[in-house]
Amino acid sequence: MKALKFTAAALVASAAFAGVAAARDQIQVAGSSTVLPYAKIVAENFGETFPDFKTPVIESGGSSAGLKEFCKGVGEDTIDIANSSRKIKDSEVEACKAAGVTEIQEVKIGYDGIVFATDAGNADLTLKPEHLYKALAAEIVVDGKLVANPYKKWSEVDASLPDAEIAAYIPGEKHGTREVFEEKILAAGCKDSGAQDVIKAAVSDEKQQHSKCVAVRKDGMAVDIDGDYTETLARIASNKNGIGVFGLSFFENNADKLKVATVNGVVPSTETIASGEYPVSRPLFFYVKKAHIGVIPGLKEYVEFFVDDQMIGPDSPLAEYGLVAAPDAEREEIRQSFEAGNLL
Amino acid sequence: MTEFASPTARVSTRPAASRRDIGIKRRYAAERRFRAFGFGAIAIGLFFLAVLLWSVVSKGYTAFQQTTITLPIEFSEKVIDPKNERATDPKQLFTANYPLLVREALVKQLGLDPAKRPLVKQATDMVSASARSQLRDIVVADPTVIGKTIPVTLLADANIDSAFKGQIDLTVDEARRKVKDEQVAWMNTLAEEGVLKKSFNTGIFTFGASSRPEAAGVGVALLGSLYMMLIVLVLSLPIGVAASIYLEEFAPKNRLTDLIEVNINNLAAVPSIVYGLLGLAVFINFWGMPRSAALVGAFVLTLMTLPTIIIATRAALKAVPPSIRSAALGLGASKMQTVFHHVLPLAMPGILTGTIIGLAHALGETAPLLLIGMVAFVVDFPGSPLEPSTALPVQIYMWANEAERAFVERTSGAIIILLIFLIFMNLGAILLRRRFERRW
Repeated sequence: MKALKFTAAALVASAAFAGVAAARDQIQVAGSSTVLPYAKIVAENFGETFPDFKTPVIESGGSSAGLKEFCKGVGEDTIDIANSSRKIKDSEVEACKAAGVTEIQEVKIGYDGIVFATDAGNADLTLKPEHLYKALAAEIVVDGKLVANPYKKWSEVDASLPDAEIAAYIPGEKHGTREVFEEKILAAGCKDSGAQDVIKAAVSDEKQQHSKCVAVRKDGMAVDIDGDYTETLARIASNKNGIGVFGLSFFENNADKLKVATVNGVVPSTETIASGEYPVSRPLFFYVKKAHIGVIPGLKEYVEFFVDDQMIGPDSPLAEYGLVAAPDAEREEIRQSFEAGNLL
Repeated sequence: MTEFASPTARVSTRPAASRRDIGIKRRYAAERRFRAFGFGAIAIGLFFLAVLLWSVVSKGYTAFQQTTITLPIEFSEKVIDPKNERATDPKQLFTANYPLLVREALVKQLGLDPAKRPLVKQATDMVSASARSQLRDIVVADPTVIGKTIPVTLLADANIDSAFKGQIDLTVDEARRKVKDEQVAWMNTLAEEGVLKKSFNTGIFTFGASSRPEAAGVGVALLGSLYMMLIVLVLSLPIGVAASIYLEEFAPKNRLTDLIEVNINNLAAVPSIVYGLLGLAVFINFWGMPRSAALVGAFVLTLMTLPTIIIATRAALKAVPPSIRSAALGLGASKMQTVFHHVLPLAMPGILTGTIIGLAHALGETAPLLLIGMVAFVVDFPGSPLEPSTALPVQIYMWANEAERAFVERTSGAIIILLIFLIFMNLGAILLRRRFERRW
């Protein structure tokens, strides 16, 4: 048993040593679960197109977790790329700098549409940011005064909406999607409905004005979903009157089970999002450590392959999956910016 | 007196007897109630087990079948190597336009007009995009096929696969589903011709992760889980057994050992994600071990499994009667000989049971693997535990979050594979236990 114990200890030590000694020949990516399906398609095609390089490993875990991992430092034992469904925050850039990650290249890959959908059996739904704000905000304005949200049914919010109890499944606060939902829907609805003016009169601090606008009611009518879109889909399957928030690509894959709502009268599609007609969309990014280019085999080729038109162009596999391609000029700019080695 | 005595005796015995009767009835009733509760508890347990198994198997059994399309592919030199450079530049074979071969074969098979681009595109969409690497591998392995026409069995696209299995509602409006009417018509003709058919899906066992459901499998995850289980077993069994033998048989009973015992019991109840945090901080950040590697995962799971094994082993050692120890010591055996020749063999069945429970627990863990980067999309097979890999429960978790319909059955299919893996592990434990079991 003594010998066994000793061999076990030796095994641990030797394995640790081997870990340090082995050089990494595989790109490591972490981050947003929204970008994950796109990154997977690119990684798989990259592996098939470049037999000399290994297929990159792509972790999921969320934009914030990915960027945190990204900002741990430079070197083979840190990740090379962080996928993000939002722009990197100044605080994160600071954290990166503090850990020695001074050269970060930002790459935009396109746009993602956010859609509202309900069960396929329901009547057509025409939404406006104002409706969603009135139905979901914690406090709304009635007769010029801020009161706790009194609405129980969609039809009370607006006569054009169905006579059903309000039930909305919105992304939880840890999701990158939540920010888009707050900015493009709640804040816009707050402004359109005139509530903003009342709030401005009541509160002087600008930050507080904004957070009052985007505060969501907590009485169970709006449900935060911290899981993925599959969970939202399951919630809608059990509550046919519920309205859920989905990514455009997820909706397109499940269009036989869901009916999408128009926002401001515009049907969400890659075309309407690219043209900017459909209001709820956001850019998707990934961030690359410049110090790793030339060190990790295939990293430069991977980024170039990712931003090539055959991946993010209008007829690419990513567009087919639901990514909204950036306009031609912008894609060219993205490529040139990476080639030139522009830093954040 | 006798006339008097007998009625009094009757009077006095009757209430006493009936009092005793009431007690027995109550006790019998209590026992019956307890049995009913016990039976009810087992029935509820079995019911939920049946529901779970039914929901998994009924959704997942179709994952073990895959729709394939067998087409005569003409490996024409004009497409693969138009300038005849393959002798000097082997890269030519890698970058050739293989999808064109599939398109030409399909156009011929379906009798389409090659000029109608959208129609041809719809037809080629019926074949998985993985056909490209499949054909390339054929040509690279044996370049003499160039110029020949060979029937090749290609994977059907996941949407066609789902439609053929009846998982896509074809009655809804064409615009709202992934399979178009023309594709359904072609699918039916090809099925009638015997070109398109369902066959056993070996790919789900052998493929790595893929963004295309038809080309996705648990191969990498299975290998990763196997690596981890082997390393966990090799590390945790000796360390755990050695620790518990020392604590139980040799260590003095004092405050320090009491403290250690309390700590071990506490560690067994620590949420597994905490071990993941520890693994990230110590193994990856401090020791500099690679991310996403099965070795790091195995270390983390070893830490997690150790308390379980130590507690089970100590209980098994305690259960060995002291008379065995006394007899061995009385016959002149040393303390060490007593433990290793007499106590340990008798405790072996209990130790093995504890180890298997610990390993089964470790096999099903995803939370500690999240932080060390094993919840990841890994395509290439890991050649060693130091290369990136993933684990079976992780694969289930990742597939459960996919948008495509075809991943629904694959998620359940992966659960079935995990259950089978577990059954084999438990079977091994039972066999080992039978072998080691001794009676006294």
